[in-house]
Amino acid sequence: MVEDMNKVMDSRVSSAAPSSDTVRGVSLRTDNLEAGSSGLPAQEMIMEARDLQVHYGEYLAVRNVNLQIHRNEITALIGPSGCGKSTIIRCFNRMNDLIPSAKIGGTVLYRGIDLYGPEANAGEVRRRIGMVFQKPNPFPKSIYDNVAFGPRVNGKPSKSETDELVERSLKRAALWEEVKDRLKQSAFSLSGGQQQRLCIARALAVDPDVLLMDEPCSALDPIATGRIEDLMHEIKGQYPIVIVTHNMQQAARVSDRTAFFNTEVDADATRPTGVLVEYDATRKIFSTPSDPRTEQYITGRMG
Amino acid sequence: MNSVATERVSLQPSGLKARQQRIEVVIKFVLAVIAASGVLITTGVVLALVRPTIDFFQLVGFKDFFLSTEWFPLYEPPDYGVWPLVIGTFTVMLIAVIIAVPGGLAVAFFLSEYASPKVKRYLKPLLEILAGVPTVVFGFFALNFIAPNVAQKIWVFSEVGFYSALAAGITVGLMILPMMTTLAEDAMAAVPRALVDGAYALGATKREACTGVILQAGLSGIIAAGVIAMSRAIGETTIVLLAAGSTANFSFDPGVPMQTMSSFIGFAGLGDQPTGSTGYMTIFAVGSMLFVITFGLNVFSRRIVTRFREVYE
Amino acid sequence: MSSTVATNVNRFSADLRDSTSPSRKLRDKLFLSGLWVATLIGVLTLFFLVLSTLLKGYTRLNLSLITNFPSPFPEDAGIQAAIFGSIWVVVTSGIVSLFIALGSAIYLEEFANQSSRFNRLVTLNIQTLAGVPSIVFGILGLAFVARGWLGWGFTVGTASAVLTMMVLPVMIVSAREALKAVPSSLREGSYALGATKWQAISKQVLPAAIPGVATGSILGVSRALGESAPLILLGALAYVSSNPAGFSSDYTVLPLVIMKYTQEAQDEFRAVGAAAIIVLLLLLVGLNLLAIVIRDRSRKSW
Repeated sequence: MVEDMNKVMDSRVSSAAPSSDTVRGVSLRTDNLEAGSSGLPAQEMIMEARDLQVHYGEYLAVRNVNLQIHRNEITALIGPSGCGKSTIIRCFNRMNDLIPSAKIGGTVLYRGIDLYGPEANAGEVRRRIGMVFQKPNPFPKSIYDNVAFGPRVNGKPSKSETDELVERSLKRAALWEEVKDRLKQSAFSLSGGQQQRLCIARALAVDPDVLLMDEPCSALDPIATGRIEDLMHEIKGQYPIVIVTHNMQQAARVSDRTAFFNTEVDADATRPTGVLVEYDATRKIFSTPSDPRTEQYITGRMG
Repeated sequence: MNSVATERVSLQPSGLKARQQRIEVVIKFVLAVIAASGVLITTGVVLALVRPTIDFFQLVGFKDFFLSTEWFPLYEPPDYGVWPLVIGTFTVMLIAVIIAVPGGLAVAFFLSEYASPKVKRYLKPLLEILAGVPTVVFGFFALNFIAPNVAQKIWVFSEVGFYSALAAGITVGLMILPMMTTLAEDAMAAVPRALVDGAYALGATKREACTGVILQAGLSGIIAAGVIAMSRAIGETTIVLLAAGSTANFSFDPGVPMQTMSSFIGFAGLGDQPTGSTGYMTIFAVGSMLFVITFGLNVFSRRIVTRFREVYE
Repeated sequence: MSSTVATNVNRFSADLRDSTSPSRKLRDKLFLSGLWVATLIGVLTLFFLVLSTLLKGYTRLNLSLITNFPSPFPEDAGIQAAIFGSIWVVVTSGIVSLFIALGSAIYLEEFANQSSRFNRLVTLNIQTLAGVPSIVFGILGLAFVARGWLGWGFTVGTASAVLTMMVLPVMIVSAREALKAVPSSLREGSYALGATKWQAISKQVLPAAIPGVATGSILGVSRALGESAPLILLGALAYVSSNPAGFSSDYTVLPLVIMKYTQEAQDEFRAVGAAAIIVLLLLLVGLNLLAIVIRDRSRKSW
């Protein structure tokens, strides 16, 4: 029953959903839809964090995180350094499992399934929830083999299937035209911005449900950054995106919702802990934030 | 009229300071001489080998040395074909490398990606201890344990005697395993974590991260490690001397006793060779070969690392 | 379309269970098994090594082993000559190589221009020497020390000289590391007070580097203690029935008597060899524990 309602909402939403012709930022069409309280068109919620917190050994790195990720949206996590944004995003695809001292508290749900519960397999989670990292990290392989790596480990595609997948992924990442004649060259022969789009193509090659991006543009020049922001808009209809960014303006340009993080020093702690301060539609965060700390950060008085 | 006392100010040292600085020059010189001693030793090694080698070849001739297949230099009449030694060395080295290189790589993968911190805490010291065991103890192990329980049991293609290249090779391999593990682990640690994370983020399993990314990304270091292992196996003396017998058999059967270049030198040295005798000179000729081969391998391994090292910013 | 690619036909499906093919899981399992096998081989090697040595040698583990000298009767055979021989040789080479290594390290790290040709030449030589098989050092000793230029014959002095040369590269590297580890603030503080370089080194840097240098030299000494190959060529296997009296004495060392007894036909003699191994291993363990203690003590003082 709920599934049906969601499907109905989906179809209504997708017909009115912001797609590539949308103006950057938040869609203002609230007329015939059940609007969310934030003035955004209602979208299906895919992922949810409830009371999420992370310890590294004894140190509480971040706490009290309550977030929802919706389809067709870009959600930005912003805040000063060290407030746990990267830590949180890595919880969404269980990458923190790789750090022995990391302990997750609270829940992360995907379509209602606990990511850390018995019903979720880590490899499957990571395939379905993809990630692009801060510094481009292509494998020491050819461009082709980089993109093909994911499909190859997750299945046994034939040569023609792989060719098709590689082309499709590179096209989706807006890189195909630039590399189609040199697929066999090393990935390191690409510029920084191209490498990052390669990493995006690589992540898209396994057809994930969600794309996580941890400061994807921080190592890139403004032009490359702009291209990736354009790319994000193009693909957000198919791949909901969660992006961590240091750059407030980028968050304002790109995202539909924004979560602002900050650090607090708890009573008995020696190091500051990250907390989620405010989470709302982007235009609200950047125009009339509810929390004074948010306002301070936005107006540049801190961070 | 104002006159400011104009004392001559000097920034030159005087008295004690001056003496100290003179002493320092002397000290610096002395230390430089000491440092040069390192260079002296290498020169010494080369010198030690060159002259008697030349003498040897003048006496015996390249043809006999490189073309004959009988090595009985200490017999009467002596034979000087070096091939049995070369094949013996190669056989022992091959067996050792077959054990040590994949084995070391496997343990390195295990420590890198699979082992929990608790397991690592016990495993790493254990490997260090194994690496510190003297070769003569391994030689005892080869004779007492490996030969009867392993070499003779597992080799099905031929009869394995009490002394065999197989027993020696296996033991040399086991001895080198910890070293190979350490070197391979270093090579793997040099692979940036971001690369490996990237593989996991695509849903790869640990095996796929190891064989698909880490192996390729750290390849130059891993190959260099393998070459060093080879060189170490070639140069091993005591284990081979104890476990592989002292007959320079020209054979490809690892179950028979064999002599390697190193073990021959040890063997010849055990018996007292009068200076200047041909027996004495064979030590140097074979020693030259040994030096050249291991030196070449070491240079090669360093070249691999510097030329092909993947540069990660 | 029988696509074997895990393209997500069920995108956004509420199912996160493992969708891996059985063959992939099998390969994962096989790989892990292989890793375990290799690790077990390493562990078992050490285990059986110690075990077989103990089993063989425990019968001869009594005081007479250490107090006696070689004898035609295995029950009476003892390794005192070898123990003292080892001590003489190893301590001498340890001290001499420490002196040379420290001097070289101080010059290379503190005085010389780091990129000078001399510096690079010496560093290259040290690297080369570290890769030379140990028996080649025996040849060197045979040619120049036992016979040839120095002509010392097969004596304690010869063995010490050769082992010094062998251990030197390792000692130099570890001494350099110890010096590098001393924070430069220590040096700069001294210079600021007007000290000359040598004063800064001798009064500040060296004392701070002592723990590192000490552990390095202990490790060098352990290595020298276990060496056998070069000494084979230097007469250490002769039947020696007394402790060394000086540098020109005949000598033998523990690793070589082990070699000799291991090769004996009589089982009882082989037991002596095994017992000697236990003594050698205990000495090495003792040395390494000493190094660990020094290292831990020095950490606390920082």
